[in-house]
Amino acid sequence: MSDAIAPILEIQDLSMVFGGLRAIDHVSMHIRNGEICALIGPNGAGKTTIFNCITGVYMPTEGGVAIQRGDRPKEHIQGLKPNIINQKGLARTFQNIRLFGKMTVLENVMIGRHNSLKAGIFKAIIRDKATREEEQRLIDESHEILKKMKLEMFINETARNLPYGAQRRLEIARALATDPFLLLLDEPVAGMNPHETKELEETINLIRDREKVSILLIEHDMSLVMNVSERIYVLDYGRLIAEGTPAEIKSNPEVIKAYLGE
Amino acid sequence: MDYFLKLFLSGTAKGSIYALIALGYTMVYGIVQLINFAHGEVYMIGGFTALIVGGFLFSMGMSVPVVLVLSILAAVIYSSAFGFTIERLAYRPLRNKPRLSALISAIGISMILQNFVLLAQTEKYLSFPSYLPELAFLKPVREYINSTQFIILVTTSVIMILLTMLIKLTRIGKAMRATAQDKDMALLVGVDINQVISVTFIIGSALAAVGGVLICSYMGQINYYIGFVAGIKAFVAAVLGGIGSIPGAVLGSFILGWAESLGTGYISSDYEDAFAFIILILILILKPDGILGKNQKQKV
Amino acid sequence: MTQKKLASELIDALGKSVWFVVLLFPFMVMKATVASGVAVIRFRWENLPGIAIASFVLSFVWSRALEWNEHRGDTVNTNTPLHRVQDAVISALSHKPIRRTAISVLLILMAIYPFALGMYHTNIMITALIYVILALGLNIVVGLGGLLNLGYAAFFAVGAYTYGLLWKFVGPVFTAAAINTGWLFWIALPLAGILAVIFGILLSLPVLRLRGDYLAIITLAFGEIVRMVLQNSGPVTGGATGISLIPRPWLFGLRLPPRQAATYIYYIVVVLVILTIFVVRRIEDSRVGRALEAMREDEIACEAMGIDLVRNKLSTFALGAFWAGIAGVVLASQTTYINPDSFTLWESIMVLMAIVIGGTGSIPGAIGGALLLKLLPEYFRPLAQYRILIYGVAMIIVIIFKPDGLFPRKRKVYTFVDKTASGAITEVGK
Repeated sequence: MSDAIAPILEIQDLSMVFGGLRAIDHVSMHIRNGEICALIGPNGAGKTTIFNCITGVYMPTEGGVAIQRGDRPKEHIQGLKPNIINQKGLARTFQNIRLFGKMTVLENVMIGRHNSLKAGIFKAIIRDKATREEEQRLIDESHEILKKMKLEMFINETARNLPYGAQRRLEIARALATDPFLLLLDEPVAGMNPHETKELEETINLIRDREKVSILLIEHDMSLVMNVSERIYVLDYGRLIAEGTPAEIKSNPEVIKAYLGE
Repeated sequence: MDYFLKLFLSGTAKGSIYALIALGYTMVYGIVQLINFAHGEVYMIGGFTALIVGGFLFSMGMSVPVVLVLSILAAVIYSSAFGFTIERLAYRPLRNKPRLSALISAIGISMILQNFVLLAQTEKYLSFPSYLPELAFLKPVREYINSTQFIILVTTSVIMILLTMLIKLTRIGKAMRATAQDKDMALLVGVDINQVISVTFIIGSALAAVGGVLICSYMGQINYYIGFVAGIKAFVAAVLGGIGSIPGAVLGSFILGWAESLGTGYISSDYEDAFAFIILILILILKPDGILGKNQKQKV
Repeated sequence: MTQKKLASELIDALGKSVWFVVLLFPFMVMKATVASGVAVIRFRWENLPGIAIASFVLSFVWSRALEWNEHRGDTVNTNTPLHRVQDAVISALSHKPIRRTAISVLLILMAIYPFALGMYHTNIMITALIYVILALGLNIVVGLGGLLNLGYAAFFAVGAYTYGLLWKFVGPVFTAAAINTGWLFWIALPLAGILAVIFGILLSLPVLRLRGDYLAIITLAFGEIVRMVLQNSGPVTGGATGISLIPRPWLFGLRLPPRQAATYIYYIVVVLVILTIFVVRRIEDSRVGRALEAMREDEIACEAMGIDLVRNKLSTFALGAFWAGIAGVVLASQTTYINPDSFTLWESIMVLMAIVIGGTGSIPGAIGGALLLKLLPEYFRPLAQYRILIYGVAMIIVIIFKPDGLFPRKRKVYTFVDKTASGAITEVGK
């Protein structure tokens, strides 16, 4: 069974109930290695909730989330803590930007590479040669990531002073720094102008092609979704109402109804 | 059994006072998510105002009932004014800043007020002349409950009823409930958030003032520091019942009052203040949302 | 500003002045004393004009200041005169020779301090330096980690009582065996640190799931409980009377007379302060430090980037507690007498005030704040009784107008050497 066919992320029959509200209703999805998939739907459909279930913010009420990498056995990750899930290779960005505002751009990315280092408190105090070399490697790697995301001119800027588009790119850079095999982007181009959106389109393709990272994105910007995704899932009121290629989704009557009403 | 009844009733009276203060904490927290550290000081200021104004009026030769009414009125008015002023001065500028900032500001105000009263008046314990009437009809049950305790119970019950009516039936009460639930939405439907917040502080302070006058009459003394201790305990009560919940604050207050009363009566009186803290730690470990509290999930 | 606006603002200030005069009247004009059950009221009319004028001026200034603050926006202006001075100083210090001379001068000044100024001032400086250690320690918890700890005095107490109890129970053994009790100080120092760390971990266990406000209250409760236990454990801790005659550290077998002992303690605490600064700086500029700051900035994003919040919080409390423990031992040896009254909530809040005013998350801020708070009341005696009032006001003003404090943190600037396509080398980064 080749990598390209086996799903690296599998969501089985996922449901999330809050009090009396069924936010997600028996949703099943999968992402294959190297794919760029999109999750779309009207506001409030439950898209970010699915992200939160995948990344460990919520424990789903029913159903499961599983990952499978290479020839390693399938692993269920629902209910695990977010930091554990990230260590297993899933990284995300947030709908409302959650940068480390008072830290610099470089430092934000360096946090992403936190787990690639080992130095604890004692090493930090002694700062022996190995630790210093580790730190330098960390700085250089983070610098490289910033260059790839075209943020290297902002290295020492305070993160919250960045222009909006740069902040969104920084969140992606930081997520990439954690070395994921799957990147979950929550509305990456929200609030961006068409030029920035086009740039991000290229970046997303580059991330998949060069970094070999698969991508699942939530988006409202239809041009980006149609241009960049290979498969699209459509969610409405917590239920999956359609799945298919951009062409199939565009002409799907259910989807049109969900967005435009009867 | 007699002993138990006595402890129970005094615990209820104590709980009532805590309730009057705890309501202020819980209402403010429900609306602006701020632990108003300075709330205890407002309570203390109420007591002091009653002492000063009451003392003055009494020395002018007014009769005891008149002095009583006017001094309570003065306490309520002044505490409300202080509460209102504090909110405008120290909390409003920080409304959109991180929560930590407002908390630090509250701590600052608490210290300023304590020190202010200390310097402007005295650091000593002043004995507080009680103008509360001796109720003759209570003579038979004197060993279980005294007049002051009875008055505390009655006054607090009346105030609770009035407060519930205010919250449930009046327009401003509805606005307060709406703002507590969803501030942005309330703003969108035309609620004047600033007004609602000010009113909340005023009501909370007024309640605390009544509590201050009652407790000082009960204890017979007043000192600039009483606000701090009572404030912490009332806050524990509010957290115990579920911060942000009005019935929770009342419930928590009575539980705390009984726990302290029965605890000091049966276990040890050295650790009176410790009961509150121990309850606090237990509640925050076991059920941080409190008994009647709602689970507040953060939006991701 | 237009005439009309000025006029309306003045009228506004006038109104506020009237408000404050009425509000503060019972407290500042009337004065209550109680004699034999009756309240006696005195009128201090002389205070009235002062209140009126002060509130008029302050109201006007305050509302203008708030307005200015509103329109400053959120981005930090890095071009103010203060910043330019700071930048000049920092760039001067980056030159090795200048830095070396500056540090040498400082060290020399600190070394001759006791001899230049005598025992009285040395003792004041010892207290101030103890507070510097406390401030640096609390800064790790509040400044780096963003966890508001209102019970820091508990760790301070743990340190002090470690030494005190060691003296009380092990001291007699030493005396009986003819071993100099001056050793106890050196045993207590690391022991206190370790015990404080244990307490720090104990404290952090229940608060792992709590948010900012609840965290503050539970740390406050913890601090008070520790104090109450110390107060009520008479047989063990001496209760309210505490432990006295605590020995000072010895110098190679010599029991020093008070003056020399004070000088000795002074040098010890200077070394400890230097050590603390060194360690805290290393932590700040490390993987551990960055993880703490990320937790402060956004816990959810921090966790999503793979950082274990539980471990982070435990580390934060443990690290912070260690310094308080050490500071406690020094305090005990300086005053030779400890009791629960030195470790109240006030102490915790004082340290918090020092770092808020100085600048949370900033090492110069913690040092500056602690020195200000401890030295000013000593050298401005007339204002000393108002000091809590002044600090409270200062704290509020700082938190509203300059939340980064008087000596804010300057973040590390990273430079890179970039080789462009043509082979030329350019340096990137400011």
